[in-house]
Amino acid sequence: MDVFLQLTASGLSTGMMYALAAAGFVVIYKASDVINFTQGDLLLLGTYLIFFAVGQTGLHWSLGVVVTVLLAVAVALAIERLVLRPLIGEPIISMIMVTIGLSSVLRGAVNAIWGPIPRSFDSFLPAGDIVIGPAVLSADRVLSIPIALAVLAALGLFFRYARDGIAMRAIADDQQAALSMGISIPRVFAVAWGLAAASAAIGGVMLGNIVGVSPNVGSIGLRVFPVVILGGLDSIAGAVVGGAIIGLLEVYTGGYIGHGLSLIVPYVVLILVLMVRPYGLFGKEIIERV
Amino acid sequence: MSMECGVFHTRYESDMGLRPRPAQRIRLALFALAVLVFPFLASPYWLDLANQVAIATVGAIGLNILVGYTGQISLGQGAFMAIGAYSAGLLRLNLGLPWGVSIVLACFITAAVGTFFGLPSLRLKGLYLAIATLAAQEIVEWVMTHWTAVTGGTEAIVLPSPGLFGVRLNSTFNFYWFAVLCAAGTALFAANLFRSRAGRAFVAVRDQDIAASVIGVDVFRTKLLAFATSSFFAGLAGALIAYYRNIVTWERFTLETSIIYLAMIIVGGLGSIRGSLLGAALITLLPALLTNLGRVLQDTAPQAATLIPYAQQAVFGIVIILFLIFEPRGLSKLWGNVKDYFHVWPFAYRRG
Repeated sequence: MDVFLQLTASGLSTGMMYALAAAGFVVIYKASDVINFTQGDLLLLGTYLIFFAVGQTGLHWSLGVVVTVLLAVAVALAIERLVLRPLIGEPIISMIMVTIGLSSVLRGAVNAIWGPIPRSFDSFLPAGDIVIGPAVLSADRVLSIPIALAVLAALGLFFRYARDGIAMRAIADDQQAALSMGISIPRVFAVAWGLAAASAAIGGVMLGNIVGVSPNVGSIGLRVFPVVILGGLDSIAGAVVGGAIIGLLEVYTGGYIGHGLSLIVPYVVLILVLMVRPYGLFGKEIIERV
Repeated sequence: MSMECGVFHTRYESDMGLRPRPAQRIRLALFALAVLVFPFLASPYWLDLANQVAIATVGAIGLNILVGYTGQISLGQGAFMAIGAYSAGLLRLNLGLPWGVSIVLACFITAAVGTFFGLPSLRLKGLYLAIATLAAQEIVEWVMTHWTAVTGGTEAIVLPSPGLFGVRLNSTFNFYWFAVLCAAGTALFAANLFRSRAGRAFVAVRDQDIAASVIGVDVFRTKLLAFATSSFFAGLAGALIAYYRNIVTWERFTLETSIIYLAMIIVGGLGSIRGSLLGAALITLLPALLTNLGRVLQDTAPQAATLIPYAQQAVFGIVIILFLIFEPRGLSKLWGNVKDYFHVWPFAYRRG
């Protein structure tokens, strides 16, 4: 039972990292129909930025987090303005390839600036263990769950009540109608990229604390796809539930079955979902079918 | 089939011809001559690069048949090439088949597997299909590294180098002829494919699948055929890599490989055979050029030289982005512009 609790906690905390990355993906997809392969690299950027702010510059951690988020948003806005905007309306293959190219550029830049050797800084999430009944859980992992949920809830509220959030939903619904109501599409796309970068940066900050700073963090980017397909490409709630399910599945198969199966389970789920219910658990039931 | 300005066909034969104009034939002859002379002049280093380009051309044409001509986005090229490489290697080693037979069988096995992974295209298209092929890539990669009994897991499979008419293809020079022959054969097949009913059906499905089915194209069958044809050549490219390197390892066939091949056809030009060759050449030579630049910088600016490995990654991305923004139809279109300009010179046709 304590093994089960331990696995569940670590699965949920991994899942919430996925959910943060996936939420950024969903925001961009919802607003601009762009499949974003750079999400993992934004996360990677986040871990290095917090390392830069706290480890190298020596800022207080609260200030460091603010600086990290601001820098990440600035990078994302530059990407949106310089690379994505000229390509609005191009075919899907162009959109996919341009974000793949961007991911390569970001990764190259991060490696060129900080080098390929893993780095570390003094973790500012509380260390130590939390004992729940028979299970001993590390505090930083447990704490990352509410933090991630808070960020995701903020995103959800933004979509519901903020002017730009409502504009984003309007554009997702019908771009023509939204345009004729005076919504500025470039502005909304920029906001979407900014939000995606902010949520990825916060995910990066937590990953930097929990697992350290290394180039491998970017590989989480690919785990986003099983999560968003399972949850539904255009649903924040889907990202949370999908992230939790994928994270738990991975940890359970790793813990109970082993043999490296945990690496492959998310993709098997992905294929099954695509075959049975391509719009995922919470997605809109509009999908390009043949 | 693109039209060229200033060309007026008066007979059906010239309209249907692969290279109807004398200038085109002369250019092809010159290119063929260059290919034939090249190995006698080049150093082993450049010959090795030429072999890589030839093999990449086979793979790029294969991928272009699927992505450029049929419009089905695939992130599984690396997986298909892996299946080609592993089946060729395992058939040769475990069943003792002659190497030529193992390559041909590997192509057909890959075509069969490719068709299987094409099945989701029955229901999915666009980005959903892209994500499905991404999953296929990850699953194949996992099977390669974990099915130890058959593939040897992460251990490499070592192959003897093949021999042809008593000549061992163990040097870059000897292998060059075989690789170029395969690339030329692939290009010729693809060029003729798109003059046939099947090839035109591919293009029809890409442009408008509903319209295609209205004029009597079986859309699903056509897509599966495209997957089969495309992965046949992916398998050939994989098998060639296996015999060229005499070694099969999974590291050569990761998602990164899929992305590199997609980059080749984007940079070269979607739906263009010439573009596949140009793109394969550019993307293969780019890292080599940057490495050479690094060697030059080593003396003058050692600080900058240490950044070269990361610059490679960044430059790869920048090249893709620049092409997508400024010339989405790739090198093939750029070359076409040059040709058109000289074809009607000095009466250049300008737009805008």
